[in-house]
Amino acid sequence: MNAVQENLNQTIKMEDLADDVENDSKQRKAFFLKTFSFLSPLFLLLLWEALAALKLIDVRLFSSPSRIFETFVPLVASGELLYHTLISTSRIISGFIVGAVPGVILGLSMGLFPPVRALLMPLVAVTFPIPKLAIMPLILIVFGLGESSKIFTIAIGVFYLVLINTMAGVLNIDPIYIDVAKSFSASKIQFYTTVAFPGALPMIFAGLKLGMGTALLLIVAAELSAARAGVGWMIWRAYDMFDIERMFCALIVLAFLGYIFSYLLDIIEKIVIPWKNYQ
Amino acid sequence: MDREIIRIENLTKIFRSRNKEVVALKDLNLSVKEGEFLVIVGPSGCGKSTLLRILAGLEKKTYGEIYIKSKIENRPITAVVFQGDAVFPWMKVIENVEYSLKLRGVPSEERKKIAQFYLKLMGLENFADYYPHQLSGGMKQRVNVARAFASDPEILLMDEPFGALDEQNRLILQQELLKIWEGSGKTAIFITHSIDEAIFLGDRIVVMTAQPGRVKAAFDVGFERPREMLSLKSTPQFIELYRKVWEVLKEEVLKSRK
Ligand SMILES: Nc1ncnc2c1ncn2[C@@H]1O[C@H](COP(=O)(O)OP(=O)(O)OP(=O)(O)O)[C@@H](O)[C@H]1O
Ligand SMILES: [Mg+2]
Repeated sequence: MNAVQENLNQTIKMEDLADDVENDSKQRKAFFLKTFSFLSPLFLLLLWEALAALKLIDVRLFSSPSRIFETFVPLVASGELLYHTLISTSRIISGFIVGAVPGVILGLSMGLFPPVRALLMPLVAVTFPIPKLAIMPLILIVFGLGESSKIFTIAIGVFYLVLINTMAGVLNIDPIYIDVAKSFSASKIQFYTTVAFPGALPMIFAGLKLGMGTALLLIVAAELSAARAGVGWMIWRAYDMFDIERMFCALIVLAFLGYIFSYLLDIIEKIVIPWKNYQ
Repeated sequence: MDREIIRIENLTKIFRSRNKEVVALKDLNLSVKEGEFLVIVGPSGCGKSTLLRILAGLEKKTYGEIYIKSKIENRPITAVVFQGDAVFPWMKVIENVEYSLKLRGVPSEERKKIAQFYLKLMGLENFADYYPHQLSGGMKQRVNVARAFASDPEILLMDEPFGALDEQNRLILQQELLKIWEGSGKTAIFITHSIDEAIFLGDRIVVMTAQPGRVKAAFDVGFERPREMLSLKSTPQFIELYRKVWEVLKEEVLKSRK
């Protein structure tokens, strides 16, 4: 091949490339990516099933997709799974709200008012690192075995994450925005509503999302003790009975709940913060 | 036109931190006339922004006197166009422009009208409902300028408003700024690093010394308005003035690099 021909090939390739960019190749790429992310779990399931069928893994320990499915269907049909899911969901949502609302309020005030920060920061700094699971027994003693202890366990985990992120959100507002408000002689209240709060919103949402992750973690622990229903309870119960399939069904529900909640938070975020550059 | 509106006497600003003292301004004297377009140039770090921030009330002076002889009520004395991206990302373009009017309690319809007027002057009337992240850097800077004008201050303080822009955008915005300023009768103080920009925009150019900043020299710019950059630049007077300013400025820039 001589140099001219090579050059010609080069040109053609470049044109292809240019065409690609214009011809909504972006959409095609997105489609492929979506297919990939759909195929990968499917592939894993098939592999799992195959390994189980070939007796390469112990189905008593690891079960198999088909066995789990066989347990899953009646659990759904009888409404049992839905019952436990709803109970856990209501605990998660209650705990989330009970933790997030004071977290936002305190976080804003700690970010905005140095005296409040000076007063509370040592307390927060000392108590935040305590694993929330470690105080569960204390919560049980104080709140008893009823609903409130479970809600409080979740709330306390959510609270810290929301609080700390909200405070950081306020403290990290670009000083230039504060200068703009000052230069137009905004009053304190005007400053809070037009700069501090909207400026902290992205971090508040980051805190809410982290808090939701923790809530899912804590629901399982909270339902370990003194619960008679809930997805977490199902898991522990299945553990007692060595019912691996049931355990997997509960895990599937938890994964599903996690997905739904983070999806909902994403939607709410897009409504509340339409000005953020998503993508 | 010759009424003095700002008088600065022996202004000194010292930044004190734990174990360091930075003398940003030392015995600075300056007088600004009403309706004047004053341009300040000086080496980086000589205290230009500091001076502007003190005038805007964002920073306290350490010593000296500042007299601002304002005869207005009910609207701000100063408004600032900041160095850097100062448009609120959480407000739409129009909300940004009407921000100061809203703070002052101007009724919604009236402030919409005012904001729209300045958006139109800045060629942004079709972007009123956009959020800043949907705009280019040049457009955001226009929003900044429109926001300052919409607040209807007596004195406009501009800190390298076009410093981060590319040449083409800068040329266009300079022209637009002059257009909107010439109709307003406002006093303007404008900081820049560009001598071209200083001559094109200003009635008077003040050169500051290296840190600590003082006024080193002042030059009157005699060119008639309205001005046009290209024809201005090709006159011998422009080149002459450019050289004079640069000679004084160069000394200070060299000093500040030591
Ligand atoms: N908040 C501050 N604390 C301490 N030092 C400061 C502070 N602000 C400014 N300085 C110092 O004061 C001096 C003047 O700063 P200033 O920002 O006014 O310079 P400038 O002339 O605007 O520079 P540039 O042209 O680069 O924008 C610099 O030495 C700077 O480090
Ligand atoms: Mg500066």
